Amino acid sequence: MIDLFDKHKPMVERRDAMIAAGVEPFGLTIEEFVTPTLGIIQGRQTILAGTNNYMGVTFEKQCIEAGKKALDDYGTGTTGSRVANGTYKLHKQLEAEIARFMDKKHCIVFSTGYTANVAMMAGLAGPRDTIYLDSDSHASIYDGCAVSGARLVRFRHNNAADLAKRLERNKDSSGGQLVVLEGMYSMLGDRAPIADFIELKKKYGFQLLLDEAHSFGVLGPNGRGAAEEAGCYDEADFIVGTFSKSCGAIGGFGVGNHPMFEAIRLASRPYVFTASPSPASVATTLEAVRLLAREPERRDRLRENADRLFNGFKGLGLELGCDVSSPVIAVKCPDEEAAVGIWKGLLESGVYVNIALPPGTPGNECLLRCSVSCAHSFEEIDKIIELFGDVFGQFQGASQPGRE
Amino acid sequence: MSVSREDILAKLVGLLQRFNTNNIDLTETTDISTDLNIDSVAVMDFVMEVEDEYDIDIPLNVLSETHTISDLIGVVEGQLK
Repeated sequence: MIDLFDKHKPMVERRDAMIAAGVEPFGLTIEEFVTPTLGIIQGRQTILAGTNNYMGVTFEKQCIEAGKKALDDYGTGTTGSRVANGTYKLHKQLEAEIARFMDKKHCIVFSTGYTANVAMMAGLAGPRDTIYLDSDSHASIYDGCAVSGARLVRFRHNNAADLAKRLERNKDSSGGQLVVLEGMYSMLGDRAPIADFIELKKKYGFQLLLDEAHSFGVLGPNGRGAAEEAGCYDEADFIVGTFSKSCGAIGGFGVGNHPMFEAIRLASRPYVFTASPSPASVATTLEAVRLLAREPERRDRLRENADRLFNGFKGLGLELGCDVSSPVIAVKCPDEEAAVGIWKGLLESGVYVNIALPPGTPGNECLLRCSVSCAHSFEEIDKIIELFGDVFGQFQGASQPGRE
Repeated sequence: MSVSREDILAKLVGLLQRFNTNNIDLTETTDISTDLNIDSVAVMDFVMEVEDEYDIDIPLNVLSETHTISDLIGVVEGQLK
């Protein structure tokens, strides 16, 4: 009989080769936090430049106080689904707060960001419908599409003309049509050309869902995301976001103005059949969202930090994943061996970034991915640039840093 | 417009060469993912090229049941009808 684990052997061998080379990039442990941007890893003080803690709220006093109070008032967990015993006053308050923040009529809160995408997709589309998804979409979007049972058509990344071709092929289809985009893509930090897709929407009449996981609270004058930044906020039918990044908690949401939006609470299995988010997490999120509304200067500071890192990397001659400044800045490495070696060198000299390898990356790139926080000091940003310069310099032989 | 099975095979083999880093013989029984040792994203990228070649959609849903080149020829034939 075949062992069910046999199929995972190539993956395990690849990981073991990395461990043999002295690194375990997918098993890193953060031992302690000094600040939101400084941790202890392997006993060393390490600048954290790969935590998606864009707005630096994880240790905000009022969030922590609210979490403690929720533990006292509501206990440790809800022990049930939203549709049974798992809806508390706090969940309703958070939904109202997000709806206000996002300026939409309806909001549903989910237990994780991953669940938010899966639940929205499964609630919106069914087996007679077609979902068009960008080829660089996050795994939760692919998985949501699969759970929905819809027909899935994949189009080339950020390419509205390629989507148009596919919509044209399907224009006689009788089912609903949902196009899914991400506001800002998590690996390279590039934004969707949302306005181009809105033009297609006018012509073909599909419904549009935007995943603003990395841009909610982060981009746009009011922190509503990449669509707000691009000036076409009202054209998106549905927006999905997560609390695990800009809000420093866990959970996710979907918002929209559709008069039947609330039907998702009845139709979506990932909403109905999972326990609701725990009271403490809901309470810290609620405070974080209020903070993001009250302190737009955090977004200005994040932009300054991102520009500083982006320009610093450019100055080093590193090859970047995206040619505009963004809170996500990915540095391309020539191959997996180089990426692993440089990642290890950076960690040992005191900076943690994410390592991202194929097939989890667009275009089979081997990436060292930085996420910038508004809580990074300029000194920390400058240190990150300095260490990238040092480690890339040491790693390169004759060739230019970061180039193939 | 009628396209023969042989024509489709020749076309698919041509499009697959870019992914055929070990230079194996590509026949109808070749398993696109395991024999070529390419990951799921590469398979989806290859399928996109097939879609463009024939101006058809091959929904991702059918890929879980599509393993060999012969399977894919069947899918292309079905979409061309």
